[in-house]
Amino acid sequence: MIVPMAIASPPVRSVPREEREQAVIRFAGDSGDGMQVTGSQFTLETALAGNDLATFPDFPAEIRAPTGTTFGVSAFQIHFGATDVLTAGDEVDVLVAMNPAALTMNLGDLRPGGTLVVDTAAFTERNLTKAGYSANPLDDESLEPYSLLKVDLTRLTEEAVKQFAITSRDAHRCRNMWALGLMLWMYGRDRQATVEWLTRKFAAQPDIARANVAALNAGHAFGETAELPTHIAAYTVAPHPVTPGVYRTISGTEGIAWGLLAGLQAAGLERMVFASYPITPASAILHTLAGLKAYGVVTFQAEDEIAAICSAIGAAFAGALGVTSSSGPGIALKTEGLGLAIATELPLIVIDSQRAGPSTGMPTKTEQSDLFQAVLGRNADAPLPVIAAATPGDCFEVAMEAVRLATRYMTPVILLSDGYLANAAEPWRVPDVAALPRFPVRFRTEAEGFHPFVRDPVSLARAWARPGTPGLEHRIGGLERSYDSGHISYDPDNHEQMTKTRAAKIAGIARDIPPQTVALGEDHGSLAVVGWGSTFGALHQAVKEVRAEGPAVSHIHVRYLAPFPPNLGELLGRFDHVLVPELNNGQLVQLLRAAYLVPAEGLNQITGKPFKVSTIATAIRERLGRNGDHG
Amino acid sequence: MTATLKPPQVAGLTPKDYASDQEVRWCPGCGDYAILKAAQKVLADVGARRETTVFVSGIGCSSRFPYYVDTYGFHTIHGRAPAVATGVKLANPDLDVWLVTGDGDGLSIGGNHLLHVLRRNVDLQILLFNNEIYGLTKGQYSPTSRHGTKSPSTPGGSLDHPVSPCAFALGAGARFVARSIDTLQSHLVEVMKRAHAHRGASFVEVFQNCVVYNDGVFDEFTDKSVATEMQLHVTHGRPLRFGKDGRRGLRLVPGKLELEIVTVGEGGVAESALLVHDETNRALASLLVALQPPTFPMALGVIYCDPAPSYERQVYDQLAAAGPAGSLDDLLKKGRTWRV
Repeated sequence: MIVPMAIASPPVRSVPREEREQAVIRFAGDSGDGMQVTGSQFTLETALAGNDLATFPDFPAEIRAPTGTTFGVSAFQIHFGATDVLTAGDEVDVLVAMNPAALTMNLGDLRPGGTLVVDTAAFTERNLTKAGYSANPLDDESLEPYSLLKVDLTRLTEEAVKQFAITSRDAHRCRNMWALGLMLWMYGRDRQATVEWLTRKFAAQPDIARANVAALNAGHAFGETAELPTHIAAYTVAPHPVTPGVYRTISGTEGIAWGLLAGLQAAGLERMVFASYPITPASAILHTLAGLKAYGVVTFQAEDEIAAICSAIGAAFAGALGVTSSSGPGIALKTEGLGLAIATELPLIVIDSQRAGPSTGMPTKTEQSDLFQAVLGRNADAPLPVIAAATPGDCFEVAMEAVRLATRYMTPVILLSDGYLANAAEPWRVPDVAALPRFPVRFRTEAEGFHPFVRDPVSLARAWARPGTPGLEHRIGGLERSYDSGHISYDPDNHEQMTKTRAAKIAGIARDIPPQTVALGEDHGSLAVVGWGSTFGALHQAVKEVRAEGPAVSHIHVRYLAPFPPNLGELLGRFDHVLVPELNNGQLVQLLRAAYLVPAEGLNQITGKPFKVSTIATAIRERLGRNGDHG
Repeated sequence: MTATLKPPQVAGLTPKDYASDQEVRWCPGCGDYAILKAAQKVLADVGARRETTVFVSGIGCSSRFPYYVDTYGFHTIHGRAPAVATGVKLANPDLDVWLVTGDGDGLSIGGNHLLHVLRRNVDLQILLFNNEIYGLTKGQYSPTSRHGTKSPSTPGGSLDHPVSPCAFALGAGARFVARSIDTLQSHLVEVMKRAHAHRGASFVEVFQNCVVYNDGVFDEFTDKSVATEMQLHVTHGRPLRFGKDGRRGLRLVPGKLELEIVTVGEGGVAESALLVHDETNRALASLLVALQPPTFPMALGVIYCDPAPSYERQVYDQLAAAGPAGSLDDLLKKGRTWRV
């Protein structure tokens, strides 16, 4: 057993802590500086302190870009508070910049008056030049709008760890823990979970573990004891009152992996075959499920995207839950396989972690631009259900729902996630597993009256008869088949009947999903702000802010993108105006206009970054003002 | 799902019991009929259970195969049958899965998947019908067509050099590589039975005559008039002899890694001077599959067989080692949690 090392207890400086309702902090440094783990540990300590929170990890595609360069800057932002926190925050209150490149890339998001912590040792001539500074900003007046805390973080870290037998390189790599220690002090957070994590992570290298803990403690002690400038304050952020229960943090990736597993159990299936090919930002789902073999999950790293979907289809044919996962370019490669799954009417789940495109685009940056691909992107008349997750916790529910739809309707389902959701984390109330929905699959076993395309009269789903079942031997394939026998058929009327049947089956799902609700506000009014996917938080917060000013604005967030909930058109019709903010060049807005002939307008941002609340709020006010609809 | 390596067999079935009710729609005289007949005989001879037998195919003439066998079957998309079949085995390793493909399906559009299914050693019987032409799309040259093949897409003759299916399979790390001919019915049945008995990916190239677009392309070694002299039927542990009365044989050129034809017996060398077929010898297999008529006879039979653990079996071993599972509730509460 590993015994966590003790936390040093320095003499306490009695700084009066200022109360804050919420805060946004960002750690920024080189991609090798460990900013992501620093952020993750701050997140954990913050979650344990009972705050609501949202995170935004933002890192380059390069694994280790050349040191000190602007394109190698990696950042992690966390927004936490005593009230609902729905986004990672528009403006940063505290920025930790580990070098000049991190400063220049992130300073624009620090609010005037915000706290800026820099490692003075990293502001060398060479690093300044790489970051494009002609003069050291620490020496001139350019940082005057901010509360600047200059710390020789490198030297202080080295001093803190010099007693341990580690290399100077490893000593240098403890800087992030020093910075974390300081930030944990600034917000009055505990360090115990981080100490335990370090001890576990470096169990095989105890000196490195001790050095990291020492750096963490030194950073914390610095805040506690150092003669900090008076403009540097310490804060408290009270816990967020929430529904009682057991909580944990959850990322979108975990939500999807666990939701699939819950769906597998709810469907009463023995086996999940998850086949995937590595691609950013989807790979983490494969990694997570690869660790869950004990739960009946076979993970298969296929030779390419096509093999990934085709092996999942083969698994579905054989009676398992077939799942594949990718990002936009990989989904494009899977398109023919999707057609096969639609034609053979096999259950299949396809997860698309969207990223900025087209083509390779910006692999680590988020976007919502695969909606058209998901809904429309296939040859021939080939409908399938498309659903989207709104938050990391929602990923769990949506993944379960994907399993339900796929198995109940014998159809591939596309689940849209994105790069932001994949990496973002939030506190999550662990559901009561016993109370989760159940939707057991009934494999066909009766030979009487069987043919492979015999259908349930209500759902129109065909029978699922898996190999191994005596008397139900049958052949399926991509060729059109007879409605009445399942045999190959080129009959013209039959093809039309089959095409319409496939369409009716998918359209009928609308009767089996919850009606569209309004996330915030009335079900009628001046303006409906309609979104989908990971923009939920920004839209919700913006609508909340504008509503506080009076106007009749509502937030509607659509989970079911194909087919739409049956009441959606009628609901939108009860608003004078419809605004559809999306992280793409206008996709849902077109689908809504096409489906309902509503004069919906788009609000589009295609920067690879999530919406800021202020962007949405400004657009809402602008629309209302232009329309003369101030409430 | 446990774990016999092959499903239990049943007795008393005849080839007819494996024929589906579908009308076979290959061209009259197509070599595929003979291969279908051989497969149905193999199924009857090994007593394959219809309900646990699965035929998976891609696209092309050969890939219509599953419709004609009364087992489970999946006619998939072009080139992807190895991936689909891998998924079937991953979902249920107890199923007995055959994969039917062609030279275009398996070596052109699906070359990547064939490479990987072979190197992974998924327990499948892979039948590659090689007719050196695209039949279903009306006669374009294929990746196994010889240099200079005139076809609708290459009126001046094809420029690319052909791939050898068996050399490809060996290169991909296949542990079972065999070859036969559509018209050699009993040989084909025996080769397919060996493939069926082999655990892991067994690769069988079948020379198949396309009567419409490439008729007679294999005549130089399949025609009855030359068969004896131009076919080398290899058997493990037996000297590499062929020709009338086994009068000819193969030996290594002294001092070189190269085969030569010698006369055996009177006026030639003693049988003891010949190479003896060792189907576990990959280097020998490489030499044998490279033999090209008209200089050399075509090597037929089980050229290479050296079993190794199959992929899906190892996957399930890992699964068994990972279990038993805790509850979903335990999983969701694993790691840091807090109570409010």
